[in-house]
Amino acid sequence: MPAVPVALHCVVCYASTRAEFPAYSIMSTTATTRIVGAPVPRKEGLDKLVGRTQYVDDIKRAGMWYGATVRSTIPRGIIQSITFDPRIDWAEFTIATAADVPGKNHIQLIVADQPCLADGRVNHCDEAILLLAHPDRHKLLEAVDAVRVEYEPLPALLTIEESEKQNDIILGEDNIIKSFLLEKGDVDAASANAAHIVEGEYRTGAQEHLYIENNGMIAEWSAEDGITVWGSLQCPYYVHKTLRAVFDLPDEKVRVIQTETGGAFGGKEDFPSTLGAHAGLLAMKSGHPVKMVYDRMEDLAATTKRHPSRVRHRTAVDKDGKLLAMEIDLAIDGGAYSTLSSTVLSRATLHACGPYVCPNIRLNARAWATNTVPYGAFRGFGAPQAIFAMERHMDEIAAAIGVDPIELRRRNFLHEGDKNATEQLMREPVILDQLLDCALKESGYHAKRARYARENSKSAVKRGMGVAAFYHGSGFTGSGELYLNSLAGVDVTPDSKVRVLVSNTEFGQGTNTILTQIAAEALGIDFCDVVMAPADTAHIPNSGPTVASRTSMVVGRLIERASLQLLAMLREHAGLTDHFSREEFFAACAHYREAHGKVESLCRYEAPPGIYWDDKKYHGEAYPAYAWAIYVAQVAVDTVTYSAEVEEFWAVQEVGRVLHPVLAKGQIEGGVAQGIGYALYEKVVLKNGHMANNQMTNYIIPTAEDVPPIHVHFEEIPFRYGGFGAKGIGELPHDGPAPAILNAIRDATGIACNAIPLLPEDLFATLTARERVEEPVAL
Amino acid sequence: MSARWPTIQLTVNGRPCSVEAPPMKRLLDVLREDLRLTGTKEGCGEGECGSCSVRMDGELVNSCLIPVLQAEGATIQTVEGLAPNLESGGALHPLQEAFLQCGGAQCGICTPGMLMAAAQLIENHPHPTMAEIREGLAGNLCRCTGFMRIFESVLAAATQASDRNLEQAPHAR
Repeated sequence: MPAVPVALHCVVCYASTRAEFPAYSIMSTTATTRIVGAPVPRKEGLDKLVGRTQYVDDIKRAGMWYGATVRSTIPRGIIQSITFDPRIDWAEFTIATAADVPGKNHIQLIVADQPCLADGRVNHCDEAILLLAHPDRHKLLEAVDAVRVEYEPLPALLTIEESEKQNDIILGEDNIIKSFLLEKGDVDAASANAAHIVEGEYRTGAQEHLYIENNGMIAEWSAEDGITVWGSLQCPYYVHKTLRAVFDLPDEKVRVIQTETGGAFGGKEDFPSTLGAHAGLLAMKSGHPVKMVYDRMEDLAATTKRHPSRVRHRTAVDKDGKLLAMEIDLAIDGGAYSTLSSTVLSRATLHACGPYVCPNIRLNARAWATNTVPYGAFRGFGAPQAIFAMERHMDEIAAAIGVDPIELRRRNFLHEGDKNATEQLMREPVILDQLLDCALKESGYHAKRARYARENSKSAVKRGMGVAAFYHGSGFTGSGELYLNSLAGVDVTPDSKVRVLVSNTEFGQGTNTILTQIAAEALGIDFCDVVMAPADTAHIPNSGPTVASRTSMVVGRLIERASLQLLAMLREHAGLTDHFSREEFFAACAHYREAHGKVESLCRYEAPPGIYWDDKKYHGEAYPAYAWAIYVAQVAVDTVTYSAEVEEFWAVQEVGRVLHPVLAKGQIEGGVAQGIGYALYEKVVLKNGHMANNQMTNYIIPTAEDVPPIHVHFEEIPFRYGGFGAKGIGELPHDGPAPAILNAIRDATGIACNAIPLLPEDLFATLTARERVEEPVAL
Repeated sequence: MSARWPTIQLTVNGRPCSVEAPPMKRLLDVLREDLRLTGTKEGCGEGECGSCSVRMDGELVNSCLIPVLQAEGATIQTVEGLAPNLESGGALHPLQEAFLQCGGAQCGICTPGMLMAAAQLIENHPHPTMAEIREGLAGNLCRCTGFMRIFESVLAAATQASDRNLEQAPHAR
């Protein structure tokens, strides 16, 4: 049995009536655990290893047809005509357009500005105009090509710079999707007397998620049951909300079922709403189940990517390197519609000042509309862009004022009791110094730097070491978790299985395993006796989306509370004693079921105490908890081939309690690899707003031969309000690699590269431009 | 659809099969659609990602690049053939065991292809070095793991297999 505090027995709850438990009387967070923290096998691992897992493309429904999409070929224009080539027998096809949408022609994540199907005009390349369905999927390719769309082209805005000129307005009144102003202290006064002012501009490119399973959905429609979709997705209730609106149906006539999902990384947060609606329209009109699975080229060209960014820093520093004032101008490219850009911008804003103390800040953040495919959620959600700029800039400050970059960071680190940029008091322990010491020691940082400084002048291969220090807020921003109002819990089936009831999904990161671990631990039963309820909106409560590094901390906590509440119910009403066997537990459940009809315990989110957030002033407790990290990269730059290679990588972090050591390591290593790709390999090339390299052949991600040894180290400080002490972990590892790598390149070459991705041709351009400038000086 | 396609004979996971299919139909589609072996996945359709890797006559191939006619008479092994007696209580392949233990599979979509590449690798290099592992898996992209858990899985499986060989033949080196 896990240690359950005595206080529990004083509180009587009837979970089936959804009565609430005082959340914070439970302190199992610090208990010694049996299952939490143990490397139990991944819950769905066996099925994945023997090839019997069913992903959406493995599923066939009786009488199923296939769907395809006709897309815009220009970035902006008015649709003048759509004609169908008579060589095709169109009678065999179902054709759906905006006119077939029974409800609202909107995919609304936050603002209703994105059409489900283009209606009269297009605002980006590869925008969906028309849908086709046919029983033979091989006939669809030719048919898509046989639909001719004529446009009256309009001028397109394709970059942040073009959008911010505001000569042409493509969205709202000013092309600004969202803006934030974060202000504290007096930047101007503090800057006036500063010993140093350091300025810099930093840019990051778009990045493709490149989940290996493309987006896919199957839809069925009937007048009686409404619409059902099966698909690869992160957030069943996001899709549910979209389908309700698009099909104008009540809650109970929309059903969303997640199929096993082959990677997501944020790329299946918002897009499945669009694809689900498209498959649904074809199913409704054809009277058949319709499957739409994108091929790689379509997925790359038409679905979301990470927002490109441009961040300008102007920092005032005193003679000892203390940060006095930060002025930051942060811009992201949101693409043609609002989608999630406002919340991505929010997270970027809240991470832009780094884990440092700075009394005076003025941060202007804006998301600009452009005529490109809307950018969307991607692991880190704006934070990697902002942190790249901040951490790259810290090294530039260090160089400018002649202070060691490690020392500069140490002098400015946040500590417990300090306030961050939004004046959030750091109430929990902050151990950045300890993490830094660990990272320096593990990586041999100082000795290597000294050695490379000696050796580099004699070698065409220049080596360097780079560091990034950062934090990542866990869960939704500010009051976001309260708005979500998540409901989650456990039930017990008549065949003696405890089921975890959540809308949070598995897509490789380990949701199934950690949530069943938490329930088994809290209930004092075996891991094998706990399973996940199918991710099907007909049967699961809405515990919020599977995003924002919230699953282990927020949802894990709900499952912990619901499990303890279930024990209390069984003790109170079914005679369960303090110490029980497996048989006694399930006998008590059977007894409870006889009296109450079902055995179910649900809990609703309650914010940790003292959370205050002002959305207008961007002031207060931005996140209930932060994960903290120091990442170190060892890089070799070949000055003959201009390639930069990460030779070794160290990731040291504090993420609260580590629920599963192997899965946690896997999260960090996977995030670091993706971050290495972000820094050095992955370039989205846009030509007139269309992704020109929309193939795996020329959009390059790190392979087994490219990823260096990645050393992962955790410090554990259990967080009182997280599931068994956990904080968020999933996004953190994407934040640090890019700045650490580019800092290492600066260390190796002495030259600042301030934009990613940094491919050999980019490094060549930077290094040779510098050489050209320097030549006359040398003469 | 009514056209009569050639009959193609091949052995899949030890079982003789015959399929009627257009000669240029991809082996991947024959496996998934005609034989309903959906363990083999499509990730890119152009031989870059390796999700569709299967073993054909003892070689690792991308089944999305093989017209089925080319597989006439061939012996194919897919992920479903790694632990053929699983349903009747048989053991997992050492690689499957190791991937489960070491966290080699996350989302699982690259896993079938990765396992086939790893099986080929261990057959070619029973005691693989890290460089051999990296090279052997370089054609199989995984976006979740960063490969570290996969390398560890392959090393563990190779060690386990060689331990087993040593037990069976204690004098063999």
